[in-house]
Amino acid sequence: MKVVVERLGKTYPARRGPAVTALEDVTLAAEAEEFLAILGPSGCGKSTLLGAIAGLVPASSGGVFFEGARRPGQPLTASVFQEFALFPWRTVRANVELGLEELGVTGRERAARARRQLEQMGLHGFEDRFPHQLSGGMRQRVGIARALAVDPAVLLMDEPFSALDAQTRTLMMEELLGVWERARTTILYVTHNIQEAVFMADRVLVLSRRPGRVLASVPVPLPRPRTEAMLGAPAFVETADRIWRLIRSQAAAALVEGGT
Amino acid sequence: MTTPGVPAPRGAAPRVPVEDRTRFLARAEHRALRVAALVGVLVLWELFCRAGWVPALFLPSPLGVLREARDMLASGELLVHLAASLKRLVLGFALGSAAGVAVGIAVGVFSTAEAVGTPLIAATFPIPKIALLPLLILWLGIGEPSKIAVIALGVFFPLALNTYAGARQADPVLIRAAVAFGAGRWSVIRKVIVPSTLPMVFAGLKLGAGTALLLLVAAEMIAVESGIGFLVLNAANLMATTKLMVGIVLLSALGVLSHWGLTAMERLVIPWREE
Repeated sequence: MKVVVERLGKTYPARRGPAVTALEDVTLAAEAEEFLAILGPSGCGKSTLLGAIAGLVPASSGGVFFEGARRPGQPLTASVFQEFALFPWRTVRANVELGLEELGVTGRERAARARRQLEQMGLHGFEDRFPHQLSGGMRQRVGIARALAVDPAVLLMDEPFSALDAQTRTLMMEELLGVWERARTTILYVTHNIQEAVFMADRVLVLSRRPGRVLASVPVPLPRPRTEAMLGAPAFVETADRIWRLIRSQAAAALVEGGT
Repeated sequence: MTTPGVPAPRGAAPRVPVEDRTRFLARAEHRALRVAALVGVLVLWELFCRAGWVPALFLPSPLGVLREARDMLASGELLVHLAASLKRLVLGFALGSAAGVAVGIAVGVFSTAEAVGTPLIAATFPIPKIALLPLLILWLGIGEPSKIAVIALGVFFPLALNTYAGARQADPVLIRAAVAFGAGRWSVIRKVIVPSTLPMVFAGLKLGAGTALLLLVAAEMIAVESGIGFLVLNAANLMATTKLMVGIVLLSALGVLSHWGLTAMERLVIPWREE
């Protein structure tokens, strides 16, 4: 499905001092089956934007709309969280079944869909483990399996790999791309990592520092499937460099301010 | 003496080995000492009594208490008291903890329940529950209900307060995640809040078990014919100190056993807890 964000604004009332404007007049659209990266320095309201799209953060102004056909029973969005957000009291299998339970999927079908998703994410044999028994990379695999299990029209990913070490992150990025080539949902992928955004996305949306506004929309001229070798390709380096020049001053200002 | 990869010291270059500086921070378990301390005190106590330094009326010897317990077990007296006490304990504990958990979750989840509940709990929590016993007897009669009620009341508060705290501590990230996957209010309560409270609930149950024992003995000192509290009071009136000590040892055993039982149950119910 296509995601349309129209003139979205979000202001948080502050207990003391003036209210904080996290997002101001954000307008964007993600095409159906597009892999759209949303990039910005820390404190630019990227997570707020994703939260507003998921219906987890009420907008102060403007709105979010979904356009296009949806299969019956298909949820609009499913989310993958930076902190994984797995339920510690649920096994891997039960975590993956969570969204299906809420959709009212019956026991047997739930188990079958969870199994399929777990196998796809390389979690076979880990079904009965608890999250604390898994490594960070495996935990986020469960997080992704949980989101894909409900077959969402749009997959929302909020810095999904930023809690992982660099090697694991690279592997997980490739794995996610592999899964996406097959599933072909629309993905909104929030990150502060330029290389990550360029390597994975069809298009990178650059946000400004708080209050977050759309600075630029940068298409990534790299073919698919993406491979690790492309990390050195001129098109990759040029695109990454172009984005870096766009946000460099923003990032420097954020550094001094120490925003989150 | 060379190690592969490590160049041999050349000439008189000084070499200082790194020592483990954290050694003094280690805490050994001292298993033997734990047992020895308990057994040692008992042995000293026994010797003290045998030496005849105190009359048995004031301090019966451990073996004497054991013998008395055996006789009371044989005559069936011990079981009568134990059964009467256990019945009151189990009923009061079950009622009080069930009500405490229910109220704690309601107050932790619903803002209206919190507004109504917290001032009421704050006002009634500090009352020593023994002080309510005469009132409960007035309301419920002198029989079993007033005794069960006072135990239930004593257990209610630690559970309500702990469950409330546990519900408030539920991870907001998990609540958000549940909502993101379509959970409504009841699903969030059932799938996030309730499991989040479990560690605090068990802490409350352990606190409540101690309170229950205290109130049991207090309640059994008023107008009863059986129970460990009655046993202790009655033995004291008859100057039967050995019998009195049997009652006290029984109370200690009940306390230790309930703690062990609850700890074992906690491991069973919360298998996800990290070591």
